[in-house]
Amino acid sequence: MRKVMTGHKAVAEAMRQIEPNVMAVYPITPQSEIAEYYAEYVHNGKVKTELVPVESEHSAMSACVGAAAAGGRVMTATASQGLALMVEILYIAASMRLPIGMALANRALSGPINIHCDHSDAYLARDCGAIQVFAESAQEAYDYTLLAQRLAERDQVRLPAIVNLDGFTLTHSVQVVEPLDDERAKKFVGEYTPVYPLLDVENPSTWGPFAMPDYYFELKRAQVAAMEAVPEAFLEVQKEYEQATGRAYRGFFEGYRLEDADRVLVVMGSTGGTAKVAVDELRAAGEKVGLLKVWLYRPFPYAAIADALAHVKQVAVLDRAVSFGAYGALYSDVATAFMHRERRPRLANYIYGLGGRDTTPEHLTRVLSEMKDAGPDEGLRYIGLRE
Amino acid sequence: MADTRPGKGYKLAVELKSWKELPIGGVVPGGAKPDMNKTGSWRSLRPIWNEEKCIQCLQCWMHCPDDSIEIKDQKMTGVDYDHCKGCGVCAGICPVAAIDMVPEGGDKCAR
Repeated sequence: MRKVMTGHKAVAEAMRQIEPNVMAVYPITPQSEIAEYYAEYVHNGKVKTELVPVESEHSAMSACVGAAAAGGRVMTATASQGLALMVEILYIAASMRLPIGMALANRALSGPINIHCDHSDAYLARDCGAIQVFAESAQEAYDYTLLAQRLAERDQVRLPAIVNLDGFTLTHSVQVVEPLDDERAKKFVGEYTPVYPLLDVENPSTWGPFAMPDYYFELKRAQVAAMEAVPEAFLEVQKEYEQATGRAYRGFFEGYRLEDADRVLVVMGSTGGTAKVAVDELRAAGEKVGLLKVWLYRPFPYAAIADALAHVKQVAVLDRAVSFGAYGALYSDVATAFMHRERRPRLANYIYGLGGRDTTPEHLTRVLSEMKDAGPDEGLRYIGLRE
Repeated sequence: MADTRPGKGYKLAVELKSWKELPIGGVVPGGAKPDMNKTGSWRSLRPIWNEEKCIQCLQCWMHCPDDSIEIKDQKMTGVDYDHCKGCGVCAGICPVAAIDMVPEGGDKCAR
């Protein structure tokens, strides 16, 4: 049934259906309404989850790690500074191969203190070993919360999974969402089977042991293997979701009017929707433009993206965060994807939307238009910035 | 004649495993036990127990952070040097100065 709700509510609904054993959150205002909604479900007896309100985000992720090692299905939600405080323990969660599900309401990192949307928080957690997925809409945030949990818990994967949804643009604005009925959602996510659960006292195990130079490297290599298993599992889970629900998510990214496009935008998150409007406008004027909107950000689907953009003449990669002293992180990944290809499109890197700066269809039609005449391009360009 | 060049002809006491053979997430199935890792090798000061002075108050046993005071029939019988890290808490708490901390080395190496 189609309903009207915010992105926060959509994610909270998906989490209610997943019904983790433990949800550890730091209930700061405005942590994210996800935790508030979830506390309400717990209070009203709609879920049996143990909600653990802790004293910091560092403790929230620590409690998640403990609960997951104990054998529970565990989820949490955070944003910007909270994620920053979690990162230390997020690395540990990934190294311990704990499939903790996490919603990240993308907001700018301080300073200056801001609270509005950008992707600096997601980029901060880029190398921690967690899977990262970006949603364009509240609907995608709902669907990917279910998908990501199932993906994270796959035997060969067992890694934390972060579902990114743009702060305010998705989290606080009201959209039409069609959630699954509870039974179908629960059936899709399935039962969780932990490995070496600490609560299995008959079969004791030691978690998080010290690893000296003789083993640290090998353990990290094993973690790489878990990440390498993600792309195939991601496609399988998408297929299962399609079979279970009729909703087709196909591939690591969405191509929009991409097949015959000469000029293409590459974006992540809600700007995908804005870009579709810009593409439609220019297509109506006969221009061959398109969009590639990334769903799976970590692991990054290098080969698939290079294949999808092989025919394109010019690509503008839009980063919603600065990697100071470097090109944008998404741009660097797209450029790397073409590293060993003979035929490469001309690439340009645009920084946009920092700290919640509005990015409009007009901004993006301008980018697509100026690409046409642009010469060889080096360095960063900016969208919607006062010079 | 044995080849004594570094890395040649030596056999490690413990065969190191490949990354493919490791349990998920570095877990130690069955649990890590103290006898798997003799952490006493870190010690730089060695507690020496003087049985004649000892009044068997067991303060050392209560305060040892590493469970390295050996007990039999409710009496102290010595120090577990395989795991004692030489912190000196036992010597400090002893009311009759029955434990001396002496530097490791010379003819009394830890291991």
